[in-house]
Formats: sequence, C-alpha cells, structure tokens
Amino acid sequence: MKSYFSELITGGWSLILGLKVTIKAMFSPIVTVQYPREKIEITPNYRGHIDLVKDAETGAHKCISCGSCMRECPSGCIVVEGEKREGVKGKVLTVFTLDFTKCSLCGACVEVCPTKALDYSNEYELAGYARSDFHYDILKRLEERE
Amino acid sequence: MEILHSILPELIRIIVCAVCGAVIVFGNALVMGYAERKLAGHIMLRPGPMEVGFHGVLQLIIDGLKLMGKQLVVPQQANKPLYMLAPILSFAPVFVPLLVIPFSDKLQGFDINIGLLIILAFASINVLAILVGGWSSNNKYSLFGAFRSVAQNVAYEIPMLISLLAVVFMTNTFSLKEIAAAQSPVWFVIVQPVAFLIYIVAMVAETNRAPFDLPEAESELTAGFHTEYSGMAFSLFMLAEYANMFIVCSVATVFFLGGSSGIPLPYFEYSGAVWFLVKVYALMFFLVWIRWTYPRTRFDQLMNFCWKYMIPFSLVNLLITVVMVKLI
Repeated sequence: MKSYFSELITGGWSLILGLKVTIKAMFSPIVTVQYPREKIEITPNYRGHIDLVKDAETGAHKCISCGSCMRECPSGCIVVEGEKREGVKGKVLTVFTLDFTKCSLCGACVEVCPTKALDYSNEYELAGYARSDFHYDILKRLEERE
Repeated sequence: MEILHSILPELIRIIVCAVCGAVIVFGNALVMGYAERKLAGHIMLRPGPMEVGFHGVLQLIIDGLKLMGKQLVVPQQANKPLYMLAPILSFAPVFVPLLVIPFSDKLQGFDINIGLLIILAFASINVLAILVGGWSSNNKYSLFGAFRSVAQNVAYEIPMLISLLAVVFMTNTFSLKEIAAAQSPVWFVIVQPVAFLIYIVAMVAETNRAPFDLPEAESELTAGFHTEYSGMAFSLFMLAEYANMFIVCSVATVFFLGGSSGIPLPYFEYSGAVWFLVKVYALMFFLVWIRWTYPRTRFDQLMNFCWKYMIPFSLVNLLITVVMVKLI
C-alpha cells in the first residue's frame, strides 16, 4: 500500500520533469542547416582529392614535374607531364590530371612530393552525371582558383 | 407560406451548423497537422516543414491533395464492404458532438439537456470503426491494433465518465451550456483538480494518442489498425482523430475551464468563442507536447494504470463530491 502511493508520486514527478526537458528544447535554437542553401565551414583536416598548392610568394604552383606522385600512386590515377623550355630552369608542368574514379584517397602522392606542391582539397560535393566528370584536370583547377 | 415562415429560420440554422461543422473539422485538421509537425520539429531542435510556402504553412494542403490523388488499395482477402465502411464510420460521427458544444453563449448548434450523453455516445462509435477497420483488413497487425484499441477504450471510458459525472453532480445538469455557465466565479479545475487530471489522462487514451497510442504503435504493428488503408480512406481516419482531439478538448474546456468565460470583449455572446478556442488549442498544444515527451507505455502498464489508479481515484473523487454536494 505504501509503494502504491509512492510510485504514483515519483512517477508523476518524473512526468513533470520530462515535460520540462521538452519545453526547454522547444525554445532552444534549431540546429538544422538547410544544406543546399546554407553550408557549414568544412574542417581544414578534411581529406578530399588532391589539389596543387598555390605558392604565396610567386602565385604559381610549386610542381617540378618530377613524376614522383605518378609513380607512387597505387591506383595509377595521376598523370604528370612536363617539358623543357628555353630560358626556364627545370621542367615546366603541362599536364596534371587525376582519375578520381580510381583514386582511393590514400594520400601517398601528398606524402611523397619533394616540394610539397600537393595538398588535399576541401571538395565534398562530388556528384556527377558521367564517369568523365571525375577526370579532373588539376592544373586547370589551379588556374580557375584565382 | 405560414409553414415556410416557421421552417425557414430552422432550415438556415441547420445549413449554417453543417457548414460550420465541416469547416471546424477540416480547418482543425489543417491547423493541428501543421502545428503537430512544427512542434515535433522544434522539440527535436529541427525546424519542421519548411519548403512549401512561408515556413511550410501550405504543407498540409499539399499533403491533402496528395492523399486525394492516391489510389485506394483494397487487399484481396479483405472484407470489402466492411473495409470501405470503417473510415466513413470513423469520420461521420464527429460532426454530431460539434453541434452541442457551446462555443460561446449564443454560438451553439442546439442546446439540449442531454448534451454530454450525445457527445460520449458518438465519441465511442470511433472504437467500433477502428474494430471494423482492423477486422476487415484481414491483416494481423490491423487486428492486433483493433483489439488493443477496444481494450484500451473500454477501460478508459470508465474513469472518463466518472470524472465528468463528478462535475454533473455539482451542476445537476447534462446540458453543456448550463455546465459552462455554472462556473462563473470559479472554474471547476480548481474545485475538481483530481477529476480534471483523470479526465486529461483518459482523454489522451481515448483519442489513441501517444503515450497511449498502442492501437497504431508503429514500432510493433507497422501502423496498427490502418496498416492497409491508403489515400483518402487513411486521411479520413486522420481527420477523425484530429476532430476527436478537438471534441475531447472542447469537453474539457466546457467542464473544467469555464467554457467561453474570459476577459470581456465586445459582443461577448459571440466573441466569447475566441476564449473558448484559445483554451481548446492550449489543451491541444498540451496533447502534442506530451506526445513528443513520453515514450509509449507497455500494454500491461496501460491497463494496470487504468484499473489500479484511475478508476479507484475517480470513484473516491466522485464519492467525496457527492457527500460534499449533499452537505453544502
């Protein structure tokens, strides 16, 4: 008989506490982000596909067309080509493409780069209509990134 | 011509009442459907419907159109006449109680001295509709939902009636208008707090809403008694549920919250309806609030709570009320 009333009182009190929790939640700010219209700043640690780093001093990339990344890549998805030009020291980068359909985002290319010319991008909206949409021209991306 | 003069005002009254009843049923479903989803969202720190119209206000209209456009699927093994009858049986009786509810001193379909009995009689037809729907669907989920609904509604009707009876003993009338008028100095929620609490719990159980939504417990019974219903048949069940919410909240307002009494407004015989609706929607807000707060009760807990707590308490409350009425 004693537990009959004590259960009623403790149970009733817990119900009131529950109502307090939800009414507080009702008036606290909404955490939803309306995604296509609003975007959250992505963390700099995000490992997207690779991109050429822009040198702060010269404004150009630091790639010396050595081809280490191309050789290191386990999936063989990077193509780097360079050519000798008159009056320019070393090779000039002419082609740098990434076949993202094969890339496993291992980051070996970034690790191996002697001049630290490669870095991970913050690209995360990666939907496309065709396989060819994922053959990125990294050099062109750098030029477009003005 | 004589006859026409005597019939015409009454005829106009009938038409106006019918139209107003339909407006209340559909308007209430629109408002509550939107409010329920919006409040559910805000309780979970989400915005709720946002896409259709400003902050999603047109969402329910779009949903209604969608439901109207959908095919009515009748299961092959179902009992077709009963299957089609159930949604109508659920939806049609909700209009009658609306006629006897006094929205203000003069805004009432018709005042009869058995108003309460009419409301309770027509409200309990809904149980029959659920049973018919669940039975004729020929689906074990539906059948379980229907059985649960019957057990639950039969159990909770008793404390509901007894708690209302305590008020009836005090006012000595079944007419809703006179009950509302009897609380001009103090509302009965202050005189009869236990009866009010019991009524609120029983009303949640009667409308089959969370935490007592066992007839449609989606985690166990997919959708309970309306598992097999689609399109307009399903939306008739939903309309009836929201209309029933409105009716039980109106009864609570009339019996415990002083009906249309409130701060005087101009033309109070009519504008008292504003206060009436404010109180009704405050109660409805409470119903939504508890729905998104409490988890669903287990079935034995539900039954234990009714037979061990609600019925003894309401009986003791009734006994005390009777003795006090006799003494005073």
